[in-house]
Amino acid sequence: MKLLEYQAKQRFGAAGIPVPPGRLARTPDEAAAAARELGRIAVKAQVPIGGRGKAGGIAVVDTPEEARREAARILAMDIRGYPVRSVWCETGLTIEAELYLGITLDRDRRRLVIIFSAAGGMEIEQVAVEAPERIAKLWPDPFAGPQPYEIRQLAFAGLAHAPELRDRVPKLVSALVGVTTQLYQVATSLDALTCEINPLVLTPEGMLVAADGKLEIDENAHYRHKDVGEELARDESGDDGRTGDDPFEVEARKRGLTYVHLDGDIGCIGNGAGLTMNTLDLVKQHGGEPANFLDIGGGASAERVRDALEMVLLDTKVRGVFINIFGGITRGDEVARGIITARDQLHITKPMVVRMTGTMEKEGRRLLEEAGIVPGKSAPEAAATIVALTRDQT
Amino acid sequence: MSLLVDRSSRVLIQGVTGREGSFHTAQMRAFGTNVVAGVSPGKGGTDQDGVPIFDTVADAVAATGADVSGIFVPPAFAADAIMESAAAGVRLTVCITEGIPVLDMVRAREFVLRTGNHLLGANCPGIVTPEQCKVGIIPNHINAPGPVGIVGRSGTLTYEVIQGLSQSGMGQTTSVGIGGDPVMGLSFSDVLYLFADDPETRAVVLIGEIGGSDEETAAAWIHETGFDKPVVAFISGRTAPPGKRMGHAGAIISGTTGSAQSKLDALTAAGADIADTIEDVVRLTAARLGATSR
Repeated sequence: MKLLEYQAKQRFGAAGIPVPPGRLARTPDEAAAAARELGRIAVKAQVPIGGRGKAGGIAVVDTPEEARREAARILAMDIRGYPVRSVWCETGLTIEAELYLGITLDRDRRRLVIIFSAAGGMEIEQVAVEAPERIAKLWPDPFAGPQPYEIRQLAFAGLAHAPELRDRVPKLVSALVGVTTQLYQVATSLDALTCEINPLVLTPEGMLVAADGKLEIDENAHYRHKDVGEELARDESGDDGRTGDDPFEVEARKRGLTYVHLDGDIGCIGNGAGLTMNTLDLVKQHGGEPANFLDIGGGASAERVRDALEMVLLDTKVRGVFINIFGGITRGDEVARGIITARDQLHITKPMVVRMTGTMEKEGRRLLEEAGIVPGKSAPEAAATIVALTRDQT
Repeated sequence: MSLLVDRSSRVLIQGVTGREGSFHTAQMRAFGTNVVAGVSPGKGGTDQDGVPIFDTVADAVAATGADVSGIFVPPAFAADAIMESAAAGVRLTVCITEGIPVLDMVRAREFVLRTGNHLLGANCPGIVTPEQCKVGIIPNHINAPGPVGIVGRSGTLTYEVIQGLSQSGMGQTTSVGIGGDPVMGLSFSDVLYLFADDPETRAVVLIGEIGGSDEETAAAWIHETGFDKPVVAFISGRTAPPGKRMGHAGAIISGTTGSAQSKLDALTAAGADIADTIEDVVRLTAARLGATSR
């Protein structure tokens, strides 16, 4: 769950991190009113992806009329598929320097990592490649959180390669201790696995201000942050209910299915994430292109199998379906019943190949054979069959 | 020999009265696991099919000497259950629960480390030493004793490999599922380290998948320590697009990290045999065992 810039900034502000004054506008009139109140402002598209500046989603305006015109233009945009539903109207900053401060999960160390760099304003991944010495990292103890002395070490290390800031260092380090502590508080209280201020602007007065904000909440922790989810849902879907997310994936979420939409034409269903990934790999190895990833999970009922098939076939590009089941807790006969019900209820005429092994395999196979669906033997053989059958249609 | 669990293991189950917990406890007992206790706060003093239930892990350990725990509690309570188990001195905690918030796992993992005990998972299928002890949800009938060690992230793919090997007459010393989460307890290299010391394990099958760099770390470990047992490696997710979570919370390619190719390259460089299919895993393992037994 990715928060929009203004939502991230509201949370930063509530934690005590300075943010520029701003107003949210959902209409050109609201943007004009914001300009009347704030003066010279930046009008920024609120979309949950990067690259909006390059796409023309940010404009700096001097007058309410300009704000109205630019807001109208931006609010009519789709940025990389995401409809712009609102703009954040914010006063500009006088910039002395642009820094970077971010917190993310370091999977290798199994801890959060706090990343600081004096080279802000560009992608931190790019800095990591071009000037790795300009990046400093801290892996705080997950029970104690980052201590001021650790943050000072981080700050001094990150400023060591920024001679232009030499005179600023003592005050800057002390300001960074505050902002970093507050940002860590935001990240942990929201279960954020990405929490980033880029750029973190140093003003001529020596203040640190969050000029942008990125916050992404752990999917497993959504249940603890339902309010954020609801706020986001309201914001992203306008009157037409359209979001920039893949419509098939949105539908699958509603149905409670683990589904990823892909570009190919062979529907893929498996039980277990690894096995389903392998199902896609097998299709590709045999010259086919998977249309999706759909994991029915462990112990799926016939009904769930039916729903899964229906979901896969919503994508009309799909020319055939490969169902790959290893019966552990999942029972072959249950899966077979789901497939047969789906075929009869949904009048599926597209080819289906079922590979089934494990618990209740014999019963499952018998049910399928009686219903005229031929179960494949090995997974590679079944993959070859579905690829051949879908090719024949052309 | 075996890793971590054997016929002397005394197992307790946290969340024993829940739907999953009760079903799989029965399965484990049918397998032959010595389940000595269940824990379900508020239900202490009762029993379930003859297994005594305690309110706390500490009580269960004091009364029964349990040294391994299997966790089946819902995600919101699982990290706490892990810490309760390790704090009570349980040597190995196996967490089956899927969907635990990542930052909860960061803390729970660190907590277990500090007690000096082991954590397996979460979001894992558990561990089996055939004919001795099973903790978790790996199907009973597929396991057979023998010389192969198995370590995998994915549950069902691990089952497939176990079944494929067993059906071809190659049993297992121990099969270990480390789980599909981004932050987990025992890693591939931790488990390889244990297999290195097990004289009966003559070959190891490693079942990895996209996301993170645990497979690369394991490859580096194999290379640096001169791990002298043959390794057959299989990686799923070769066709997965970047930025998409493929079922497991941890199965995601982020930027340039976590691709199948990077893992395959690292494991190849470490001298592992790369299997393209499960059938290949079985074939390559047979070839390696044949070569080492002569």
